[in-house]
Amino acid sequence: MLEFFPFKKTIPFMSWGKVTTLISLATFLFSVWALWDRGLNLGVDFTGGTLIEVSYEQPANLPAIRAALEKTGLPEISVQNFGTSHDVLIRLPVKGGGNAAETSNQVFAALQKADAGVELKRVDFVGPQVGKELYDSGALALLVVAFGIMLYLAIRFEWRFAVAGMLANMHDIVIILGVFAFFQWEFTLTVLAGVLAILGYSVNESVVVFDRIRENIRKMRGATIPHIIDDAITTTMSRTIITHGSTQIMVLSMLFFGGEALHNFALALTIGIMFGIYSSVLVASPLLLMFGIKREHFIKPVEKKEEAVV
Amino acid sequence: MNRFPLWKYILIGITLVVAFLYALPNFFGEVPAVQISPVRSAEKVDARLQERVESNLKAANVAFRSVELAGNSIKVRFASTDVQIKAKDVLQSGLGDGYTVALNLVSASPAWLTAINALPMYLGLDLRGGVHFLLEVDMAAALEKSAIRYQNDFRTELRSAKIRYGRISRDGQVVTVHFSTRDQRDAALDKLGESFPDLALTPEDQAEGFTLSARLKPEAEKQVQSFALQQNITTLRNRVNELGVAEPVIQQQGSNRIVVQLPGVQDTAKAKDILGRTATLEIRMVDELADPLAVSQGQVPFGSELVPSREGTPIAVKKEVVLTGESITDAAPGFDNQSGQAAVHVNLDGKGARIFRDITRENVGKRMAILLIEKGKAEAVTAPVIREEIGGGRVQITGMETAQEASDVALLLRAGALAAPMQIIEERTVGPSMGAENIEKGFHSNIWGFFAVVAFMIIYYRIFGLFSSLALAINGFFLIALLSMLQATLTLPGMAAIALTLGMAIDANVLINERIREELRNGTTPQAAIHAGYDRAWGTILDSNLTTLIAGIALFWLGSGPVRGFAVVLCLGILTSMFSAVTVSRAMVNLTYGRQPRLAKVSI
Repeated sequence: MLEFFPFKKTIPFMSWGKVTTLISLATFLFSVWALWDRGLNLGVDFTGGTLIEVSYEQPANLPAIRAALEKTGLPEISVQNFGTSHDVLIRLPVKGGGNAAETSNQVFAALQKADAGVELKRVDFVGPQVGKELYDSGALALLVVAFGIMLYLAIRFEWRFAVAGMLANMHDIVIILGVFAFFQWEFTLTVLAGVLAILGYSVNESVVVFDRIRENIRKMRGATIPHIIDDAITTTMSRTIITHGSTQIMVLSMLFFGGEALHNFALALTIGIMFGIYSSVLVASPLLLMFGIKREHFIKPVEKKEEAVV
Repeated sequence: MNRFPLWKYILIGITLVVAFLYALPNFFGEVPAVQISPVRSAEKVDARLQERVESNLKAANVAFRSVELAGNSIKVRFASTDVQIKAKDVLQSGLGDGYTVALNLVSASPAWLTAINALPMYLGLDLRGGVHFLLEVDMAAALEKSAIRYQNDFRTELRSAKIRYGRISRDGQVVTVHFSTRDQRDAALDKLGESFPDLALTPEDQAEGFTLSARLKPEAEKQVQSFALQQNITTLRNRVNELGVAEPVIQQQGSNRIVVQLPGVQDTAKAKDILGRTATLEIRMVDELADPLAVSQGQVPFGSELVPSREGTPIAVKKEVVLTGESITDAAPGFDNQSGQAAVHVNLDGKGARIFRDITRENVGKRMAILLIEKGKAEAVTAPVIREEIGGGRVQITGMETAQEASDVALLLRAGALAAPMQIIEERTVGPSMGAENIEKGFHSNIWGFFAVVAFMIIYYRIFGLFSSLALAINGFFLIALLSMLQATLTLPGMAAIALTLGMAIDANVLINERIREELRNGTTPQAAIHAGYDRAWGTILDSNLTTLIAGIALFWLGSGPVRGFAVVLCLGILTSMFSAVTVSRAMVNLTYGRQPRLAKVSI
């Protein structure tokens, strides 16, 4: 039998509580600082604006493209390479009352005039009001997911589990956002989808550990709560690593083969998966201990239920 | 204890066969085709048209694979894109303007699959290329327009009832009539209240006189808005038909928005041009009293407006609108019977015809102007002289210099009539090569990730790893089959979601396998360990999948466009994975190990 983690003894995770809480706090504060100081580099989906991707047969001559675009008289055009040296990304901010369809036509016409071999790959125009709506509904989705999951955990387990699980997850989300802010990676609608998926996925981890804790509370009558939690984490450790490993394999595959369109999405998932392991083991469980979880919180209602079944 | 009753195996077998059948069309690829549909959606496509299509192609010696009648269109398949393009030209000239002939790609899956409604997945614009627009209708403008109409109607109504009135002014959507006595005002209140039940009339006594202000009742306002939206959708549909797109989507979104999706459009600039043309039409009288010299110097006569004509010289037109583009039901280019000049023949609806008859009777010898209003700027397309009273709603407009100009004006009159101006508030254009690239990227992300996971599972869990991998592959089939059956839109984020759900689906099997190992370590017999592993892991699997499902549902509910595509696949993937990872893999395990009562060892 091939085993990565042949743990014979229970690992005393809970006794490391102080150190891990410190680490969490440090990364969390760092992320909050990054978000505060640098802010998210929001894509056109949220800010509104025009984004045009074009591709050339030869490596693109950026200064020439800039010169050609300056003649259009459109303000604040940014031109940069995208992925390869053949692909160019052009960004334009929203201008008041302008017709978007015309803006992108104008830009592309100017590019064609300068070099007939240019190919239009993609245009994204988002009006300012649509951008605001997408931003608002994105924020609302984040809240709805967070509360939905918390409610589910509260019904399925207990409020202490719900709050601990949710805090651990919010910690993951803030770290993803913080890293995106720190490196100024573009935050698009697809990345947001990834972040929300992580919120649902990463809570799985806490659920599995919590499930074990609940089972252990019933089974290990003599043991202390910290020991019960340690045992639950140790026994599920192997599964945690393998599960996250296989999800990460898929995500890496996206990172390598998915191209620019999925690049940031895969990055968000990678950070989420990494911190998901860490937080469910070393954030959620110490929090649970801190909230003062007791045997009585579980034994009574469960026994009643069993009687009813028998 | 690890045995399923026969019906369970049969049920699993049936779901596998169905999933396989419905996933199958996705693997056949596509062939070039030409799609013929009538420009007017009321017209039906029948076998006669099919014969015409076939004879046209045969006459031009264009080889085709098959001709089929599907829905309200005819699809002709070809061997290559060269033939396809040639066929398009042949058919367009052979069938005439009444039909839209568009290039399309159709599934190459055999007819018997299509017959059981097994279609390939519906690809989103980011995967097949095309244009997506979100347009917002300016509802304030629509309401103002109807207020202007009431302003004119009040005049006619009060005049015919012989009620004296002063000024009729309009401020935005509120029309105010001024009277010098209370009796006049009250008489007008009765009369107008009777004639215009859609209006809320408020009488007011002011220092300088008596007024009556009118605005639309909320229900009527809603009706005007929904009418404006429907009218604009119809107009857009006509414009898209002129464009020749195979499967356009034109849909209402919310109360004041319209989504337009044009898959596979190659010339995106032209599409934008034609759709973005936010022209509205108005017919107004030319102010004949205005001094031509003053007008040419740019002086605005009282009660009129200066509008440039096509030649650039300004024309003074009255502010009152006689008719709007809404009243025009059809317009076609042609020639004047007597003079042989190029002309446009316009048909008006009943109400429009009545108004037009009255106005022409009263204004013989005077000129009327047809204004095209684009982005707030009006232009007089033509300003013909009224020669006689025109009844019956059939109007001939002359004054165009060439037949081409007549045809342009006809197109504008026919397709250019928007009830209210619209603005593009979101645009997503994906070039055709980009779509194919995205499919390839999405496919590669999936396939390499899948093989890596399978390799790991088999090395780590051996036979049970093989079962898990098979269950994962079956999950992929289930997901593709379900997406094909529902014809849900697959986008690039959707393909990412397939990869993600495959990665997450294996979690259930890992949970089960780890549980079985643990039971074995504790000294349980293999059969009991398998049983306990599946049993105990189920609760955890349910819990952990439900949380992701909550996230997926919220994303679907609040997301738009690409995010929605992601959410649909995520939710479906979770549901299929619970079935495949637990039930299907259990069936495989049961079939292999369940029959051996004295099982000493399992390969896990």
